[in-house]
Amino acid sequence: MAAPPETAVGPVAAKTAAGIRFDHVSVAYGDHTVLDGLDLTVEPGEVMALLGPSGSGKTTALRAVAGFVTPVSGRVLIGGRDVTALPPYKRGIGMVVQSYALFPHLRVADNVAFGPKARKVPRAEIEPRVTEALELTGMAGYARRYPRELSGGQQQRVAIARALAIRPGVLLLDEPLSALDAQLRSGMLAELARLHRELPDVSILYVTHDQVEALTLADRIAVMDRARLRDCGTPRELYRAPRTEFTASFVGNANLLPVTAGPGDATVTFGNRELAVRGTEGVAPGAAATLCVRPHLVGLGEGPNALRGRLAELQWRGATHRLYVEVAGHRVMADERELRTAPAVGDEVTLHFAPEDGVLLPAEAGADG
Amino acid sequence: MLVHSSKARAAVWAGFLLLLLPLFALPFAVILAASFATTWSGALPSGPTLTHYQDIARGDSLDALVTSALTALAASLLALTAGTWAALAAQRLGGRGKKVIDTLFMLPVAVPSVAVGLSLLVAFSQPPLLLNGTRQIVVIAHTVLVTAFAHQSVSAALDRLDPAYEQSAAALGARPAYVLRRVKLPLLLPSLTAATGLCFALSMGELSATMMLYPPDWLPLPVQIFATTDRGALFSGAALAVVLMAATLIVLFGVSRIRTRASYR
Repeated sequence: MAAPPETAVGPVAAKTAAGIRFDHVSVAYGDHTVLDGLDLTVEPGEVMALLGPSGSGKTTALRAVAGFVTPVSGRVLIGGRDVTALPPYKRGIGMVVQSYALFPHLRVADNVAFGPKARKVPRAEIEPRVTEALELTGMAGYARRYPRELSGGQQQRVAIARALAIRPGVLLLDEPLSALDAQLRSGMLAELARLHRELPDVSILYVTHDQVEALTLADRIAVMDRARLRDCGTPRELYRAPRTEFTASFVGNANLLPVTAGPGDATVTFGNRELAVRGTEGVAPGAAATLCVRPHLVGLGEGPNALRGRLAELQWRGATHRLYVEVAGHRVMADERELRTAPAVGDEVTLHFAPEDGVLLPAEAGADG
Repeated sequence: MLVHSSKARAAVWAGFLLLLLPLFALPFAVILAASFATTWSGALPSGPTLTHYQDIARGDSLDALVTSALTALAASLLALTAGTWAALAAQRLGGRGKKVIDTLFMLPVAVPSVAVGLSLLVAFSQPPLLLNGTRQIVVIAHTVLVTAFAHQSVSAALDRLDPAYEQSAAALGARPAYVLRRVKLPLLLPSLTAATGLCFALSMGELSATMMLYPPDWLPLPVQIFATTDRGALFSGAALAVVLMAATLIVLFGVSRIRTRASYR
């Protein structure tokens, strides 16, 4: 997931690696700010996921790169070039939208050739480009078909091939998998990862509300909420050490427990219990804070940081059991892989977690996670 | 199917036919019957004859048909161009500008066509724009009258068109003119042909504005039908009406046969 290897680069790859930079970009419709001072850099060849719920501004950010919205302030740079004032057709970006928007009156090959033709690529060069893009996406056998004759997953591949045929330095993917069913989606995720390995110079900005897609594909994830960037880091960083409650709950599941820091170093007080955590940096002793523990890191039985409570609910999820345990008026979630003798609802149970799995977050006033 | 039982369905059909036949089908049947008759004093016409049609084939009625067809062709093509252009521009304007343009284009429908004819007559009777008594003024009048329908139809189709097509094309590097030519117009083609057919049919039957404007050398068929029946030759007029109907239907059918790839969506 780190720096991609410098493997053989086919002619479909970008002529020059180009990153994207948002320089304090704000977008507003009337009084309504939909993107509030976004500062974000996508390195050349990097896959950046913009993750957030609907209305978080992630799609607006992508549309600002494409040129479909004009920022009220700030600059958008592609490959170091300020494109803020450029119309979309001069930006040289590949884009795949949720609905694919394949041109229904054109065959697959003509859809893919659309970009090169519009950009006046020499005629002799178009055919090989189309073939290459279709081969790259595994759609070479469908060149003569019309889009309506293809399944959703195939249309998706053609849409990607069409975007790649212009050899963009930057590829924008707007919820590209949300129209597919779960099984196809995981297949396409693997496809996209492979594509990125084959085109290591193409920067990808990937908008999604699905944390699995973001965790699987992205080199880094930018978490957005309510028009603002909340957090940005590698999937591991965000998952292991989220910096905000919002990130903790949006990237993976999380127990978020209200605690006060102290009394000792790397300890917190939850109710009347003292718990050991990874660290208490940035939180003054005695200050209110939020303890984040991932459910799958919470174990059933005695151990460090024992939490005794009553089992309120038990859900079987195939591979795991999810336990909801009332502890000091809060529900603590625990995922257990195998429960030979499952406790009954209402039983007294004990949970525990390792101190290094307890991450302390600054309390967010008014945040409801 | 809203109605499930077969009895109820039969009743609905009966009611439908009872309403449809007298209102829509019978008048046409009467005209058709009259066009082959010499007298009609009883319940049914009598004295079957083809004289009226033979007269049409010989006389200047054929010129009138050609005049009508040429006028309709010119007017519907002009209306399609103006209507499509305006619809595209209105969509780009959006908001209040679009409302103003949409309303302006609906005006000729709201104003009685006699008034449209009169206004053109008054407006173009003075130099430097002296068009009174020319063929062009007839074409202009028809264009004014049918553009509303072209605009309406294209405008509605544009509203339904997913903006993602245009945006994807732009992202791929297509300039607006290229997008229009290669993406938008092909996708609008079904609506454009339908609008052309509608405009043509409306223009073929236009009488009231034409009456006020036509020059002696440009006499469209509806005017001739009116003149013929006005002097009492009802059966000849009926034959002319049948010819007008048939010609219009043939063109409409031809236009509807222009199937476009986009219509398979």
